Amino acid sequence: MKKRLTSTIAIAMIFAAFTSCNNSGKTNGQSGALSSNVAEKVYVAPGEYDEFYAFISGGYSGNLTVYGLPSGRMFKEIPVFSQFPTSGYGYSEETKPMLNTSHGFIPWGDSHHPDISQTAGEIDGRFIFINENNTPRIAKIDLKTFETTEIIEVPNSAGNHSSSFVTENTEYVVAGTRFSVPIPQRDMPIKEYKGNFQGALSFISVAPETGNMDIKFQVLMPGFNYDLSHPGRGKSHGWFFFTTYNTEEASTLLEVNASQNDKDFIAAVNWKKIEEYVNNGGGTMMPADYAHNVYDEHTHTATSTMKKEVRVVNPSEVPGAVYFLPTPKSPHGCDVDPSGEYIVGNGKLSANLTVHSFTKMLAAIEGEKFDGEAYGIPILKFEDVLAGSVEQPGLGPLHTEFDGKGNAYTTFFISSEVVKWKLGTWEVIDRKPTYYSVGHLTIPGGNSGKPQGKYMFAMNKITKDRYLPTGPEMEHSAQLYDISGDKMELLLDFPTHGEPHYAAAMRADLIKERSQKIYDLEDNKHPYAAKSDDDTKVVRKGNEVHIYMTTIRSHFSPDNIEGIKLGDKVYFHVTNLEQDFDVPHGFAVLGQNTSELLIMPGQTKTSVWEPTKVGVWPFYCTDFCSALHQEMQGYIRVSAANANTPLIWSMGEDIE
Amino acid sequence: MKTLKQIFICVFCLLAFAACKNETQDASTNSLFTEAETTANKKTGQAFITDDESTPTVLSIAIGSPDHTTLVAAVQAASLENALVNAGPLMVFAPTNDAFAALPEGTVENLLKPENKDALANILKYHVTPGNYSKDFLKKFKKLGQANNQYVKIDVVDGEPMIGGAKILGSVKAGNGIVHVIDKVLLPPTE
Repeated sequence: MKKRLTSTIAIAMIFAAFTSCNNSGKTNGQSGALSSNVAEKVYVAPGEYDEFYAFISGGYSGNLTVYGLPSGRMFKEIPVFSQFPTSGYGYSEETKPMLNTSHGFIPWGDSHHPDISQTAGEIDGRFIFINENNTPRIAKIDLKTFETTEIIEVPNSAGNHSSSFVTENTEYVVAGTRFSVPIPQRDMPIKEYKGNFQGALSFISVAPETGNMDIKFQVLMPGFNYDLSHPGRGKSHGWFFFTTYNTEEASTLLEVNASQNDKDFIAAVNWKKIEEYVNNGGGTMMPADYAHNVYDEHTHTATSTMKKEVRVVNPSEVPGAVYFLPTPKSPHGCDVDPSGEYIVGNGKLSANLTVHSFTKMLAAIEGEKFDGEAYGIPILKFEDVLAGSVEQPGLGPLHTEFDGKGNAYTTFFISSEVVKWKLGTWEVIDRKPTYYSVGHLTIPGGNSGKPQGKYMFAMNKITKDRYLPTGPEMEHSAQLYDISGDKMELLLDFPTHGEPHYAAAMRADLIKERSQKIYDLEDNKHPYAAKSDDDTKVVRKGNEVHIYMTTIRSHFSPDNIEGIKLGDKVYFHVTNLEQDFDVPHGFAVLGQNTSELLIMPGQTKTSVWEPTKVGVWPFYCTDFCSALHQEMQGYIRVSAANANTPLIWSMGEDIE
Repeated sequence: MKTLKQIFICVFCLLAFAACKNETQDASTNSLFTEAETTANKKTGQAFITDDESTPTVLSIAIGSPDHTTLVAAVQAASLENALVNAGPLMVFAPTNDAFAALPEGTVENLLKPENKDALANILKYHVTPGNYSKDFLKKFKKLGQANNQYVKIDVVDGEPMIGGAKILGSVKAGNGIVHVIDKVLLPPTE
């Protein structure tokens, strides 16, 4: 009896406790709603604009997506490393060269870390760079047109992961290798990895005016894994920092074998010193094989050039240029605060965050206080370079961003949260859960001397129950937080496309004002452009047939074509004569084995068609361009290979 | 055993009330755990997703085991549920109720007190490795880096891996890792 009573009371107490909790929860919610209306904070009224652009990497989609903040609306998917049937990127004759590599044409890529160009340590919004991880490449996207205009392959690299971060004045976009490999590549036993494989850190120069990329030099480092990187800035401008793991140099079961050392390193590279050495003729030109693909806005055509050599520098050639900073347990994120003083290394398997001091690093170098060396590279003493550590802030730290107000924000994968902490005192100020298992986070202007604060968004790896279910495969979820106050406030949950490994974001105004509306038709230098209906023609060269075609609301010219034979290779060179903002035309022909084309005003694009069947086949505009869009169509007649059908074309008249 | 359960119930009540207190206080109170407790009370997060299709997580395996009620109570008291359903992979060394009962009298009760939440979390995290290795494979290691940032030693005794002196009684594969049932509570080395 007594026992029963006790348990009854206990149960009653539990109920009471939870009920009162619910009540207090509600009260809390109401007062929260009164003091700050979360919905209002993310609401962008119809016709109004978002305050920030966010460029979110598409991961295994190979692309880059453009979002607005705070609304979380997606505006565009920019094709970068993957064929994109929506626009014909990578399918059209003009853009196929963009995906050329030393391994041939590659239709897919794994895009990772976008970074916006900078001037004097501030985001300038001219270009955005992004790395391809699988077949190492760096792409440049012009933020005037939001088109990929250049892709350079990175030789001697494999798993292009500690990329593509830019220096303070966009002197370089830097690409470090995750996997070390034999350099040069050769046929050798995998077991002989240790001491024989090397890791290349590539410094790709960016021409100030055009943004043209060129590999200035590669630093050939010991065979570790170079995981992430960030440039020094302000006082540390001229240095670049890379996290490493697998300093054990294991080639198998890395989850065990690369976790043996208590500490791995952050590699500090004085690139100014190496640049000077190279400018004076230092380094060695070694044979290499890599593609450099450039899109010309005037010809609307990309060209791919195979380059045959690259300049490499061994750290031992430039004493004082490279140092190792011991950092606990396989550090992943490598983030530098806006002042350039603090270098944060997040040990994936460590529960603490390690922060190094640039000033202390210089002093330690000056004092030559080394703790041995690795392959001739001096190792600094951990205690000498340590600024401080954030003790046990969460589980599985990955990446850190800064708000420019002395605070840092770090993601924790395992405990699924973002933790705000203070630079200098290392105290934890706030923590908020993410949904779920957060990878990267972004604050607008994050990788720069002047972060633009206000918002932070966390990009998660796991979605589970956040949205209406869509079967086993789901888009990843992101959460937007207001970081203007002491505490972070969760504002919005929005899906992202592909797998967002990092994002770059910035105030919208700079980009918005410069955004291009049309391509000037007069300036169109495409060799097959037809700038008016008078220029249209069909030309046979052996079994190649070139159709110089135009589009304007609401017809193709020509729209009746005869004289094509089986075995012909038919090139539809389609010029969009429109000079009106947002009036693209599309082109598709039945049985086209590539993709449609989407042609912007003033642009020329080409689709190749190799008909396999005799008949009369329709083509049409795929973009609902006008009130008479459904009338925008034509026919092309395909005859047998030995037929005598004459080559004729027309528009608006009977074929004679 | 029954007394222990009752103690748990009481502790839970206390926890619940304590959490309420925090909530009714000014929201800007500098308590780092306010959010976690709110979360725990609302039962939101990955730990509370209804999913009877996937292989159970390390957490649901522990919850479903009658031999691990003490461990589960401790995990809940430390608000670690959501960490244990994470993609991980996570390897949990799960001491049985008997293992907890073998601790000096009053230890568990003391740890379950709200003011000892950090100490409890530290001990529990010492039972978790980011990884997923079979009992046999564990013999390859000399030590394991645990989630609380400390190492636990592995010795091989009579062909069996001993984890910080504890014997593996059985292993259950989980959707997000593996649970090794052990016969002792692992106590983190004090520095």
